[in-house]
Amino acid sequence: MNAQTGNWIAVGSLNDIPRRGARCIKNGEMTIAIFRTADDRLFALEDKCPHKNGPLSQGIIHDGCVTCPLHNWVISLETGKAQGADEGKTNAYTLKMDGDTILIDIGAVK
Amino acid sequence: MKKLVIIGNGMAPGRMLEELFDKDSQAYQVTIFNAEPRVNYNRLMLSPVLSGEKTYEDIITHDDDWYENHGVTLYKGVRIREIDKEAKTVTSETGIKASYDKLVFATGSNPFIIPLPGHDLDGVLTYRDLDDVERMIETSKDGGKAVVIGGGLLGLEAAAGLKAQGMDVTVLHLMPSLMERQLDSAAGYLLEKAFEDLGITVMTKANSQEIIGKNGKVSAIMLDDGTKIDCEIVVMAVGIRPSIELAKQAGLDTNRGILVSDDMLTDDNHIYALGECVEHRGQCYGLVAPLYEMASVIAENLLEGTATYEGSVTATKLKVTGIDLYSAGDFAEGEDREEIVLRDATSGVYKRLVLKDNRIIGAVLYGETSDGPWFFDLLKKKTDISGMRETLIFGQAYQGGTSLDPMAAVAALPDDAEICGCNGICKGAIVSAISGKGVSNLDDVRSHTKASASCGTCSGLVEQLLAVTLGERYNPAVVQPMCGCTDLGHGDVRRLIKAKQLKTIPALMQELEWKTSCGCAKCRPALNYYLVCDWPDEYADDYQSRFINERVHANIQKDGTYSVVPRMWGGMTSSKELRAIADVVDKYDIPAVKCTGGQRIDMLGIKKEDLPDVWADLGKAGFVSGQAYAKGLRTVKTCVGTDWCRFGTQDSTGLGIKLEKFMWGSWTPAKLKLAVSGCPRNCSEATCKDIGIICVDSGFEIHFAGAAGMDIKGTEILGQVETQEEVMEYVVALAQMYREQGFYLERIYKWARRIGIDEIRRQIMEETDKRRAYFDRFVFSQQLAQVDPWSERVSGKDKHEFNPLATLPLEAAQ
Ligand code: SRM
Ligand SMILES: Cc1cc2nc3c(=O)[nH]c(=O)nc-3n(C[C@H](O)[C@H](O)[C@H](O)COP(=O)(O)OP(=O)(O)OC[C@H]3O[C@@H](n4cnc5c(N)ncnc54)[C@H](O)[C@@H]3O)c2cc1C
Ligand code: SF4
Ligand code: FES
Repeated sequence: MNAQTGNWIAVGSLNDIPRRGARCIKNGEMTIAIFRTADDRLFALEDKCPHKNGPLSQGIIHDGCVTCPLHNWVISLETGKAQGADEGKTNAYTLKMDGDTILIDIGAVK
Repeated sequence: MKKLVIIGNGMAPGRMLEELFDKDSQAYQVTIFNAEPRVNYNRLMLSPVLSGEKTYEDIITHDDDWYENHGVTLYKGVRIREIDKEAKTVTSETGIKASYDKLVFATGSNPFIIPLPGHDLDGVLTYRDLDDVERMIETSKDGGKAVVIGGGLLGLEAAAGLKAQGMDVTVLHLMPSLMERQLDSAAGYLLEKAFEDLGITVMTKANSQEIIGKNGKVSAIMLDDGTKIDCEIVVMAVGIRPSIELAKQAGLDTNRGILVSDDMLTDDNHIYALGECVEHRGQCYGLVAPLYEMASVIAENLLEGTATYEGSVTATKLKVTGIDLYSAGDFAEGEDREEIVLRDATSGVYKRLVLKDNRIIGAVLYGETSDGPWFFDLLKKKTDISGMRETLIFGQAYQGGTSLDPMAAVAALPDDAEICGCNGICKGAIVSAISGKGVSNLDDVRSHTKASASCGTCSGLVEQLLAVTLGERYNPAVVQPMCGCTDLGHGDVRRLIKAKQLKTIPALMQELEWKTSCGCAKCRPALNYYLVCDWPDEYADDYQSRFINERVHANIQKDGTYSVVPRMWGGMTSSKELRAIADVVDKYDIPAVKCTGGQRIDMLGIKKEDLPDVWADLGKAGFVSGQAYAKGLRTVKTCVGTDWCRFGTQDSTGLGIKLEKFMWGSWTPAKLKLAVSGCPRNCSEATCKDIGIICVDSGFEIHFAGAAGMDIKGTEILGQVETQEEVMEYVVALAQMYREQGFYLERIYKWARRIGIDEIRRQIMEETDKRRAYFDRFVFSQQLAQVDPWSERVSGKDKHEFNPLATLPLEAAQ
């Protein structure tokens, strides 16, 4: 839970991800999606919708949320929680930047 | 039947005829001569047409059918040259002669042109009719600079409209403050500031001296102090003169206008005069409210009535979005006058009432105008205000202990309080239409009472009346907002994109005041489509605003894999194509292959990373994307037609392929599916498609607006044509009309229900120019749209979409 003592891994640079877009990183069987918002904030979520496992990385990104491509649940990028009337949560991970490099701590689920 | 001839077809006679026909539609056979080549339209609404918020069609008051239904002969674009009062005939410039029992002069007025050197150059315009507006819009297409001479009502509306069209605008006003005839100088100053905030330069005390030209066209204007302002157009809005030449020549009594007595007759008792051309008790009017009162007097008197007109007091509202200004009556200073002023600099509010003998004689309201009608009502009724003097300026809500609630204020208005100034409609008339005739929305109030049907600025009051009268039952949400990010509906947004020339999503969200910083998954794809459709050569498609299927050109499946459907033109294929598909299926280990309901083959369960390789192999065999994912052209189903079928009447397969090859790649509001059947047996199910063609011996029957998804609906017939070339032109034009007007995700059958089948039929089948223009615009946008998205991606576009950013060493997961 503690970012300072975490296990930071470099996964790419900011410009590899389009604004309001996402890229995936593969971790064995698991996929983590890294999202970049219009104002260049970055977030990491497991690429798995709490509804029926839809790949969130493929959704439309807007205002700190992503809309799942399968049935339009809206998931908060910050917390991984489903918004509105829907209930559920996806794992969210901590990221940090070192210059332009994106570092992720996949040991620390937020 | 007696004969009534009318000279001029402006707003005043339009209203007179409505009242006349309401009272007795059989009394007169009516003939109208109008120098302007068009039907009756709402001149007040020219400013919204200029700013792009409305179209000419939106502001027509009486269309051609109206004249036909009332048996009125309307000569459009025909000017009367001569009147013979003895013989009771009028003769046009083109020699058409008509005799009358009664004649109505309604020649309106002419805009005044200052005879400056250069006033006859190309590019010097006035602001009076649709031609002027069209010229302005035409010139403003390339941006550029405009100068408006005259800072009165018209000049300011013209300036705001030209600015909205993207021009750089300067207003030159001779007097020290704007609209000095309606406003005092303090309000004039606030108004000037508001215009500067709109980005319009205002120069007061500006005396134009010369218009400078280059090659016969305006290039600049010079002021008497030597200032030179470059410009491509000069709009003169410096006043109007009643148009009386013809009346003078006919020997009628005239002064500034055509002189009439209280029964609206001229000195010839077969001839009435009506509208802006009239002078009554020394007054000429330039606003519709008094003209409508005159119209109603004449309508009555034409039927042997004895109505009289006794003059009007007028109130003005400026129709510029974002600026609230109201003035009424007389507000010059004078010994016997007192005034009450309220200023609130922080909220930009200024109110001034001019009193005489404890009665309001003038009112100027700026920034907050909701009390305008109430003050105007007190003014007209000459109400003694001594009892409420202390609180008068705060408005009606402060009187008699009532609350500040605007609804309460409206509820408290007396029945004879005027709500619609233009049409002189009182509260009582509106309320009784609502409670008596079951009227429940703004449009119905307009058609039943005319309230808010002219300049529209009282719409808010009318809505409040609806709310007060209907209570809970009033449902004002007639426009369904696009989504939670805006209050605007799809129609408003589409119109505003054009009107305000919005060409990017950020610009649109800024200008239309989106409530979220970056939209949502509902509005962004819609906006992206509208911009792609409206600015095909200028807008850069925003892939991040597309649904995943359109972004990666394949259909996402429930497990996150994709399906791939290549085009099989018109459903035809070959051994070579089938072999290539078989090879791809084997090579990439594709788990399922299926014939779709759209006459082609679907490969399902492909991993995203494999997509570019699958496409590369399909591309080598000549396949392009079938766009089975697109809000765009999907399939064109065909049957075997004359090639093989013993009943086939035409080459349905060939025509289907031709249509598919011509139309693929275009984006549409929702998916678009076509079919061509070779005979009425209809084996390709053309009569439930968005657009369907049934071949017959004599040609081709074009169908549209069918549905076979969540709704089932047979098609409507658009019309019949003879050749394949015609089919192409008509179908493509129809598709383009739908592209330009459809709301996002609205299939053709829903769009047609909204627009009207007849209207679509009329524009495509009957109006050759419109049809060709739609066709041409489609062809233009196709040049940019027909790029196979698969081959683009095979050559590297959007590579990031298909590859993971990183693959972590497994131990990192611990
Ligand atoms: C593949 C196919 C079924 C099949 O195995 O045959 C199919 C598959 C899908 N259809 Fe369909 N439709 C297919 C022919 C049809 C037809 C028949 C036709 O086109 O002649 C219809 C009825 C005709 C019509 O469109 O009106 C049809 C009416 C729908 C509808 C209802 C549309 C409506 O406006 O009512 C949807 C839902 C939607 O679009 O919102 C839909 C949506 C879908 C989606 C895209 C569902 C989705 O959103 O993921 C399915 C995607 C599967 C995929 O990934 O490939 N599909 N779908 C057919 C592909 C045709 C092609 O070659 O491109
Ligand atoms: C841009 C604009 C905005 C306006 N805004 C407002 C507003 O907000 N509120 C308001 O109250 N008023 C407004 N007005 C004023 C209002 O439009 C006019 O007062 C009203 O339209 C005048 O009507 P009319 O029928 O008298 O004349 P017109 O509408 O001018 O009609 C006269 C017609 O007669 C024709 N004609 C002239 N001579 C002949 C002939 N010899 N033979 C045949 N035909 C002839 C002309 O071609 C013309 O079409 C506005 C005007 C303009 C131009
Ligand atoms: S009918 Fe169409 S949308 Fe429904 S399950 Fe079948 S393919 Fe999917
Ligand atoms: S899987 Fe994401 S909304 Fe259904």
